[in-house]
Amino acid sequence: MAFEDEKLVIAGRSFSSRLIVGTGKYKDYAENAAAAEAAGAEIVTVAVRRVNLTDKDAPMLVDYIDPQKFTYLPNTAGCFTGEDAVRTLRLAREAGGWDLVKLEVLGDEKTLYPNMPETLRSAELLIKEGFQVMVYCSDDPIMAKRLEDIGCCAIMPLAAPIGSGLGIQNPVNIRLIIEQANVPVLVDAGVGTASDAAIAMELGCDGVLMNTAIAEAKMPIVMAEAMKNAVLAGRQAYLAGRMPKRLYADPSSPVGGLI
Amino acid sequence: MGDSIEIIINGETQAFDAAVSVAELLARLGLPEKKIAVEHNLEIVPKSAYASHMVEAGDRIEIVHFIGGG
Repeated sequence: MAFEDEKLVIAGRSFSSRLIVGTGKYKDYAENAAAAEAAGAEIVTVAVRRVNLTDKDAPMLVDYIDPQKFTYLPNTAGCFTGEDAVRTLRLAREAGGWDLVKLEVLGDEKTLYPNMPETLRSAELLIKEGFQVMVYCSDDPIMAKRLEDIGCCAIMPLAAPIGSGLGIQNPVNIRLIIEQANVPVLVDAGVGTASDAAIAMELGCDGVLMNTAIAEAKMPIVMAEAMKNAVLAGRQAYLAGRMPKRLYADPSSPVGGLI
Repeated sequence: MGDSIEIIINGETQAFDAAVSVAELLARLGLPEKKIAVEHNLEIVPKSAYASHMVEAGDRIEIVHFIGGG
């Protein structure tokens, strides 16, 4: 019988897929849609931007990735203050009616590291406005706890800088954040290839959020499927419980009964 | 012509004959109401108010939608 995992529950919503994918950097929306499909994703992150007034026939994301089928997770990319984030997500809520959002308040253009004091302040503002906040954050367990304490519905520490593809740089911190959390923890940013996603899940993450690793692969749709399998494999390995590491060998064939 | 008014839409100044409702403004711009959100002088305009909500001379309008992002 096939293994059946429990659902990922975020702010009272249940999801079967533990892989959230971004919708940026693709060749076009058609490829983007095919990749989201291949990844088996149920949640996609999206950005809020001005409509193009000069080219009204420009393709629109909603025509390719159906908001009825995928949960849109509007982000605050490009926001540097709490007020910017609130303004952006109010518009997102009006455009689509969603209150589940991804907060990211960046502090530095070169590293795209989150500005944590401002992230914390923004999260408070958004929660006060009734938003369910999934928060992109540094891999600092103290900050992660603070974010949970003020009411964030998911903690999303970075594995490595956004778009770097470096994989999990600090597995110890990610593990510490997971152990103390009572809300889902998802690695967001820095995953480069399938093994990185599997490692995140083997650490006990509830899910992984990625964009560039799929979008910038030579074959994004194949990579999307690889990521789906990796997240599943990592999750199953985590639940199955790995064997202990030993310094020396331990034979797999019995030593008794040798001729 | 001297009576025309200016409305700033997504940072661009556009001329209108007179004050318009948000619904009229969107129709003139050829934008689908369902796929966008409108902010009028930093306040959200609910979709239910598009027909009655008026935009006057010098007002600032932001019209946004969802695009790809991470």
